[in-house]
Amino acid sequence: MKPAAFNYIRAETLDEALDALAEYGEDARVIAGGQSLGPMLNMRLAAPDVLVDIMGLKDLDRIEFADDGAMAAACVTQARFMGRLELRRAQPLLHEAMPWIGHVQTRSRGTICGSLANADPAAELPLLLATVGGAVIAQSKRGQRAIAAADFFQGMFETALGDDELLLAAKFAAPKPSSGVAFREMAERHGDFAIVAAAAVADADGVTLGLGGIDAQPVVTRFDGLLARDAKAALTDHAKTLDPQSDPKADAAYRRRLARELGLETVLKAMERRHAV
Amino acid sequence: MLYEKGRRHTVSFTLNDTPVSGEAEPRMLLTDFLRHEIGLTGTHVGCEHGVCGACTIQIDGEPARACLTYALRMEGREVRTVEALADDDDALSPLQQAFRRNHALQCGFCTAGILMTLDAWLKTHPNPTEQEVRETLSGNLCRCTGYAAIVRAVMDFVREGRHA
Repeated sequence: MKPAAFNYIRAETLDEALDALAEYGEDARVIAGGQSLGPMLNMRLAAPDVLVDIMGLKDLDRIEFADDGAMAAACVTQARFMGRLELRRAQPLLHEAMPWIGHVQTRSRGTICGSLANADPAAELPLLLATVGGAVIAQSKRGQRAIAAADFFQGMFETALGDDELLLAAKFAAPKPSSGVAFREMAERHGDFAIVAAAAVADADGVTLGLGGIDAQPVVTRFDGLLARDAKAALTDHAKTLDPQSDPKADAAYRRRLARELGLETVLKAMERRHAV
Repeated sequence: MLYEKGRRHTVSFTLNDTPVSGEAEPRMLLTDFLRHEIGLTGTHVGCEHGVCGACTIQIDGEPARACLTYALRMEGREVRTVEALADDDDALSPLQQAFRRNHALQCGFCTAGILMTLDAWLKTHPNPTEQEVRETLSGNLCRCTGYAAIVRAVMDFVREGRHA
């Protein structure tokens, strides 16, 4: 399948990219690694008039590990972020879950921010950002603003980004001391989009569970003061509140059951790992 | 700089250690550019949306899907295709020889993509476990072999084939 015709802008400065977004607005799409947008263009699910290529902007290739979180700028590839030795300690959930994102051949080009901006309901990175919390930085000619992770994902392939805004960087909040984490996913093949994915973070006060593939955006739930012996009942109740879609891959009942089972497994594993610290 | 749609624009990059130049519309996929403009047909076209891995090549040394890349984006980059593996006398590379010894292909459609994935990956993972090899191969669909012979070929290469 071939994409519809588009004008192509190879941005050489950030200003050039922002100018293009201001001028073309909703007719323009930003392309970085092209591993999320590329398939949509080839299948003509997206047909922007203008493609703004930011991958040449070397200033946007920054990674920062700080006390309050880990930051990846717009052009940081998934492979490069995963390759950082600090990741295991700074973001144990990402360290565990990132090998589930696509394949070696797509992580080499696909970016952290690109997957977030694409907001596929079955993609791992939106789930991970929503679960650990944090924020994204949006930049336009009008200025810069931070959007909290909880406010960023607004529906299937929909985010809080304006038509003239570029996702400049994503920041994953640092876990609380001695947290335990766990990640599980059911997919047709390792590296495919999840049918259901579950990510859990347990701390001293309770457990946060994120579920992907269930709704149009990641479903994040906090279980305050949860005890391991009550987890099964809590997850059974939680699954009943979910309203997943049926599609050719899996029907709603199967997805709800996966949410319960993978949710329970990750919650218990995260709690066990917290105690092990 | 804006490259207008519907028009052909010049793009230049390094292909298998040789400078190349050609013309492409903005929407032209790198797969089509390699096959139709350059005439190198070793890179195969399967699903054209990044799933099957048949078109896997190397961009700046890393394995990547040629079908998810537009030719104009390759300006100034280094691209390697399966044609780079055999030497000038068409002698197979050690990895290709290991594939041959172990009957790691049947129809061969997926093989170019698998070789280009492994050629890059084995440089950074010189002593992989069988499980790691299988995970890496999950990005390349093969519908003939069931993968057993491919995994065997890789482990053979890792053990001794490198120096063959």
